[in-house]
Amino acid sequence: MLSLLLGLSGQLWAQSNTFTIGSKRFTESYILGEVIARIARQTDETKVVLRSGLGNTGILLAALKAGEIDIYPEYTGTITREILHSPAALDLEQINVLLEPMGLSASIVFGFNNTYALAMREELAEQLNIRSISDLKQHPHLRFGLTQEFIGRQDGWPGLKSLYGLGQTTPRGIDHGLVYQAIEAEQLDVMDAYTTDAMLKRYPLRILRDDLGYFPAYDALLLYRSDVPTRFPRTWRALQTLQNAVSAPAMIAMNSQAEQEKIGFARIAQDFLTKEKGPGNSRHFLGLLFADDFWRLLGEHARLVFVSLALSILCGIPLGVLCFEMPFFKQLVLSSVSVINTIPSLALFALFIPLLGMIGAAPAICALVLYGLLPIVRNTYSGLSDIPGDIQETTRMLGLGRAYRLYRIELPMSSRSILSGIKTSAVLNVGTATIAAFIGAGGFGERIAQGLALNDNAMLLTGAIPAAVFALLVHASFELSEKWLVPKGLRLSAKHAMSGMPADD
Amino acid sequence: MIRFLSVSKRLNDDFELENVNFCLESGTTTALIGSSGSGKSTVLRLLSGLIQPDQGTIFVDGQNIFQGDLGLYRQKIGYMVQQGGLFPHLTVEQNVLIVGKYLKRDRELLADRLAALARMVSLPRQLLARYPHELSGGQKQRVGLLRALMLDPEILLLDEPLGALDPIVRHDLQQELKELFTQLEKTVLLVTHDLNEAQVLANHMLLMHQGTLVQDGHFSDFLQRPASSYVTKFFSACAQNLTASHKATT
Repeated sequence: MLSLLLGLSGQLWAQSNTFTIGSKRFTESYILGEVIARIARQTDETKVVLRSGLGNTGILLAALKAGEIDIYPEYTGTITREILHSPAALDLEQINVLLEPMGLSASIVFGFNNTYALAMREELAEQLNIRSISDLKQHPHLRFGLTQEFIGRQDGWPGLKSLYGLGQTTPRGIDHGLVYQAIEAEQLDVMDAYTTDAMLKRYPLRILRDDLGYFPAYDALLLYRSDVPTRFPRTWRALQTLQNAVSAPAMIAMNSQAEQEKIGFARIAQDFLTKEKGPGNSRHFLGLLFADDFWRLLGEHARLVFVSLALSILCGIPLGVLCFEMPFFKQLVLSSVSVINTIPSLALFALFIPLLGMIGAAPAICALVLYGLLPIVRNTYSGLSDIPGDIQETTRMLGLGRAYRLYRIELPMSSRSILSGIKTSAVLNVGTATIAAFIGAGGFGERIAQGLALNDNAMLLTGAIPAAVFALLVHASFELSEKWLVPKGLRLSAKHAMSGMPADD
Repeated sequence: MIRFLSVSKRLNDDFELENVNFCLESGTTTALIGSSGSGKSTVLRLLSGLIQPDQGTIFVDGQNIFQGDLGLYRQKIGYMVQQGGLFPHLTVEQNVLIVGKYLKRDRELLADRLAALARMVSLPRQLLARYPHELSGGQKQRVGLLRALMLDPEILLLDEPLGALDPIVRHDLQQELKELFTQLEKTVLLVTHDLNEAQVLANHMLLMHQGTLVQDGHFSDFLQRPASSYVTKFFSACAQNLTASHKATT
């Protein structure tokens, strides 16, 4: 029932007239997403929503198919290998033929190829006169430092080694973040890189020509739902201006602006489109904190927390009552909800993606509902069990019906314990909801994910701080609400218990 | 008339109650006495229909209570426990009216009866808006009694109604209860471990020991014709109090 409702809301969302752009969780994709969004907004044709850093290829593809996004920047090599699972290289025409059954299309090639490459210090390459990968064979003494992923991938080092006959060399595995320093310190000579890597601007490196054509082309382009050109004709015409508009050096420069100069993605996109360069570091922390997306993220975060909390309450209280009424179920229910809480949150979020066949808020809410159950079920059960024996016996003796007893006597008497369970559940949910950003559910976690992806602490804090403040506010509002939600008689009883003062006869 | 006929109740393998027989005349007050664990509360729970006997039958006005509508039967019973068994989240008025409202009785009639009963049990009207934790022990007992009497039951079951009260309040309430029972002419079964209280309030006594009924009769029968050595032992244990209270009441 829950998944049906959420699925339905996803479908309605898909059919709305909003042009929704997605992007992956790395610098280049963030920037291109902003570029697309700016062009779309300039046409003023429809409402434009940018869902930055949604996740990896799998998540973006699922979102595109489900209609949660309309378009995102992708690479021909990724489409060929990860989406179409083709072992052979495909040209754009072949790609579009194979994408058609999915209701998707790819076009508007940006004009740069972000593929794997081998790189060397410019000075050493010049000295040894190395210009292409074939030239490396003459220099078996060169020290290779490659990323673990590149060494492991079938289309990485193993294939490269046999095609270029580089068998005499044993590469060292090294983290991509460290390899630049190692090359600069002359501890390594050859490394793998992405052709639009921001670091290429900072370090004097020579990209070796792939003269035997080993690496597949990773030409950047737009992947979109096939109905986009007809649904948004003016926007689509405007996007045509991106055709061959971004060269590899331009992309490297933009990546570098984001990673080295810490300029915001939106600003970089604006500078690119106006061809004017803004001031070097335009990022002020408060400005970043209350950036344009603040209210959207707050809304998404609040929706995740409160919708899931409402559903946790609707399921949790009856389950707590069931444990109290039927001791047979007690162990089963309490153990089950406890076990759920031991599942790592990201794993539980990910579990609901295939179950619901979609990403975003729906699977996130399902996971949050399950996480929120334990405190509510446990506290409902213990609240009911802690009702003194003479009161329990009296309720039965008075001949009140079971439902009436529960609603009029037992649940109100347990209200303090139940409310405390709900409060715990809500505060935990505010924290856990930040992880939901990794499956495209939005919220302040989006900034945290972005900050982690870019190793940008300021960005990370602009997500973490509002999430923490949100949790504190939720906690405080529950404390205050006790005054209205816990019956006056129970509050008096607690006060008397604390003061230890009996009333006078 | 209430009648227990060969009633037994087991808890696991042990008898909580073994072959208990007694008869209570309508309009009389009976005290059920005995030490802790003697089976007094089990008798009360059986009579209120909360639990069923394993053997034997319980008749009320000639009807086996478990063969009729238990809900209807319970409406004939007023029940009160130690400390009144009041619901702490409800005001005194809500506590007293809860059953009447559940049964959708006429609100005006309920209000009239509440006013009359409050006068009868000497409960000031301004206390009706208070919560149980704002009341003294004696006031709680009065409210508990008021609630038990609200639907004008035929039978009153009182489980240690004056337990946990200080001696002066207890003494005053005993006198009030005695007058009330005489005035109302209800069949009252009162559980107590206090022989003095039993003597003051009841015309008839039942002494329980280890799940069996040891003796059934008037107070004087227990002193003059004890049914077993346990009766004598029980009475001598209470002798000091008994003598003191006897002097006080004669």
